[in-house]
Amino acid sequence: MSNGVATAGTSDRTRSEHRLAWLLCAPAVIAMLAVTAYPIGYAIVLSVQQIDLRFPDEGGFVGLDNYTSVLSSQLWWTDVFNTVFLTVVTVSIELVLGMAIALVMHRAIFGRGVVRTAVLIPYGIITVVAAFSWQFAFAPDSGFVNNLPLISDEMDWFGGRFSSFAVIIMAEVWKTTPFMALLLLAGLVTIDGQLYEAAKVDGASAWQRFTRITLPLMKPAILVALLFRTLDAFRVFDTIYIMTAGAQDTESVSILGFNQLISRLNLGLGSAVSVLIFLCVVAIAFLYVKVLGTRVEEGRPGN
Amino acid sequence: MSEITLDGVTKVFADGFEAVKEMSLEVGDGEFMILVGPSGCGKSTALRMIAGLEDISSGELRIGDEVVNDRAPKDRDIAMVFQNYALYPHMTVRENMGFALKLAGVDRAEIDSKVEEAAKTLDLTQHLDRRPANLSGGQRQRVAMGRAIVRDPKAFLMDEPLSNLDAKLRVQMRTEVARLQSRLETTTVYVTHDQVEAMTLGDRVAVMRAGALQQVGTPAELYEQPVNLFVAGFIGSPAMNFMPAELSGGKVKLPIGEADAPEGVGGGRDGEVIAGLRPESFEDAEMVGDLRNERGVVFDAEIDLVESLGSDLYAYFHVESGAVESEQLAELVEERLEETGVPEVREGQEQIVARLDPASGIKRGERAELWADTSKLHLFDAESGERLAGGS
Amino acid sequence: MERGGREYALWSIGIAVVLIFALIPVLWLISISLKPPEAITDGRFIPSEVSFDNYKSLFEGGVEDSPFIKPLINSILIALTTTVISIVLASFAAYAIARLEFPGKRVILAGALAIAMFPPISTIGPLFDMWRALGIYDTYLGLIIPYLTFSLPLAIYALTAFFREIPWELEQAAQVDGATPFQAFRKVIVPLAAPGVFTAAILVFIFAWNDFLFAISLTSSDASRTVPAALAFFTGESSFTEPTGSIAAAAVVVTVPIIVFVLFFQRRIVSGLTAGAVKG
Repeated sequence: MSNGVATAGTSDRTRSEHRLAWLLCAPAVIAMLAVTAYPIGYAIVLSVQQIDLRFPDEGGFVGLDNYTSVLSSQLWWTDVFNTVFLTVVTVSIELVLGMAIALVMHRAIFGRGVVRTAVLIPYGIITVVAAFSWQFAFAPDSGFVNNLPLISDEMDWFGGRFSSFAVIIMAEVWKTTPFMALLLLAGLVTIDGQLYEAAKVDGASAWQRFTRITLPLMKPAILVALLFRTLDAFRVFDTIYIMTAGAQDTESVSILGFNQLISRLNLGLGSAVSVLIFLCVVAIAFLYVKVLGTRVEEGRPGN
Repeated sequence: MSEITLDGVTKVFADGFEAVKEMSLEVGDGEFMILVGPSGCGKSTALRMIAGLEDISSGELRIGDEVVNDRAPKDRDIAMVFQNYALYPHMTVRENMGFALKLAGVDRAEIDSKVEEAAKTLDLTQHLDRRPANLSGGQRQRVAMGRAIVRDPKAFLMDEPLSNLDAKLRVQMRTEVARLQSRLETTTVYVTHDQVEAMTLGDRVAVMRAGALQQVGTPAELYEQPVNLFVAGFIGSPAMNFMPAELSGGKVKLPIGEADAPEGVGGGRDGEVIAGLRPESFEDAEMVGDLRNERGVVFDAEIDLVESLGSDLYAYFHVESGAVESEQLAELVEERLEETGVPEVREGQEQIVARLDPASGIKRGERAELWADTSKLHLFDAESGERLAGGS
Repeated sequence: MERGGREYALWSIGIAVVLIFALIPVLWLISISLKPPEAITDGRFIPSEVSFDNYKSLFEGGVEDSPFIKPLINSILIALTTTVISIVLASFAAYAIARLEFPGKRVILAGALAIAMFPPISTIGPLFDMWRALGIYDTYLGLIIPYLTFSLPLAIYALTAFFREIPWELEQAAQVDGATPFQAFRKVIVPLAAPGVFTAAILVFIFAWNDFLFAISLTSSDASRTVPAALAFFTGESSFTEPTGSIAAAAVVVTVPIIVFVLFFQRRIVSGLTAGAVKG
């Protein structure tokens, strides 16, 4: 404990307070690191070996061979394109829709509870369940979408690449827009209502009040929301797995990683993919924090 | 012309609450009109109706000659200074002040020159490129005013603009506001709950209570001829002292003695009344000289408390009162209790505060001889609180 | 400005739109689940006749043979265990962060944030290998551990925000009034902290309930497979029929409770998700 000689500025009391604090945090910190820091290090180790669990006797250190294979593979780049495409499209749609819903929630004088519940249902539903629902809806035989007016009875949604994307995007947007709306709402409520009154008196129309007061003042909240949603969207897995399993060239990088690791049991290649995905995520986070100036200290984790 | 006229204006909220009751008021062109009253009296609501931030339930609002009930705020050509200033935090002072002009499409060079002129008037020139978060309270207040001035509107509407400042700053800014208004000669409607501000700033003052206009007049009129108990008790600090009294045959019987009834009281009004006497109308009997023989009443009282402010001496004492039942008085006491937390009336006793010459030697706990100038007596009807006579 | 009748109508429409937007997939699942097997492919939104066959087939065969009962039990137990442990760990950490000053506080918060942004897919490979080596592959523990890791950031942030709101001086006031430190904690602090803890627990539960990636990567049988993973392996009545009906029925069984839950606690959940996002 204390050794009788306190360092400058630190009293015994402070030091024991520090100890207590670290003690309290330790279990949580260990739990968090155990499954992240160690595995990612292990993944890096695995990625520079050739390990195929179907042929456990072969294998050994192969340097960056796995990475070269991945980076020169057409499938990898297709998947990267798919993932980026889906990310950009879903996040953009969610931003606009989420903002609209946030405004409705903010200014509604009645029915707030109803809207909140409506917004949380997509949040609470299991992603896989939602994916099934959308899949069934668009399926050629059992679905009702093809029976809607204006939509061809023969439309085979899952038969083509971009039509499959359309359904995937709709399902993703449905599932995660509510969360985006909540993040944006949190930013919206910080704006002093009197600013809008002052703007009214100054002569601003509703649109001008939105673009010149609301949006600029919400910029920090918007950036945080975008950061988390982009990272989430980049990791898209559940929906695609259920709907197409990656068929029709709709595979995402996460599905690629999963296939290599769990289906093909090729830990070497799969780990290389994992590490590359990790680097991409770091790059995205870096982009947002350093380049766009997102202030994450006030941000919200959570999915 | 930029007179503002409220003609029977009423505001009823969605839950049925009547915030403003048939208010009729005329503010002349270039006049500085104050709306004053306790919190919840409807003064802010009235101001916001003039601004267009609240709908008018019934009645007419005219600016100049035009009825503007249904016009949006931006079309009324009025500028508002908010209590919390409502400065746009993401804009610099310059941008804050120029925002309205920019929205109106005024060209850049003109905006710049107008902003700079206003900044000079308010001593804000060196702050033009700073953000509100980096300014002090007083500076922010001036920016809020600058935002209003720049537009050169038909009228200024100010909603308790000084209440967020500390006491010293408030006094300073008060004179600034007064000077500004008289220089610009813009019609101004100013809301405050502070009667000192009201008395010192306004050309005319409108006293409101529970949504209804009590009295409109110059500060002097309000002080000398308050139209009812409420106004009498609201204007003047410390507040006017009220005592139950009996009127009979041209004389008024007060707890402190008997006095001639003031002029103008009809014979048929004999009976119980409420008498009002301001603290300024009392004095230490020893310091009054010959005046005590000319008029007024001399009496003994046990001094409960003495407050010495250097420039004034306040002595608190109590008198035995009869049991004059007065709803008005009881209401007033309730209100004062809520606002100040000080019970002024105990069962069967009235507490009086007198303002004395600072040189008086009166001390707490002693029995002193005091003089009251009963020529300054006000009389009010015990039931309605309406003024009967008196004052000057 | 006041709202006229027209504005009310517009708002109602807006709210109705949002509500429909949220409910359509759920209603669709309910609809399919109530269709008799022959009618699954009729493509109608509203079933022409109602049958509970799909639900029956879910629970047929008891715990052993039913494709659904064991996974359901697994889901419930794993999610509950994760929630309890996660909340306990997070409460300790949040208490320290909210009340005490110590070096490393910001590092821990930043670290938690980093983990929230971490791609779970990158841990699947190593975990698969490690768990098999440790013998916890396809066990409850095998899932609980990664769930803890990835739910802790959320729980810590939510609890820290809630704990910051608690007026801790009340504890001292209670002691001055004569309570022992423990009594003060129990009678004053615990009731104040309870709502926040409850909310954080809901968030963690939903997270664990929802997971799919770890469930299909780290399990291989009903021993620990949870509902989301099990759904992906459903087979139909025969090898020729799509399991659509059973999947829909299973989906409804796991979703309706969540909806009821959300309905009751929507205010809490929203405050939990947005707490801390807004500075005081």
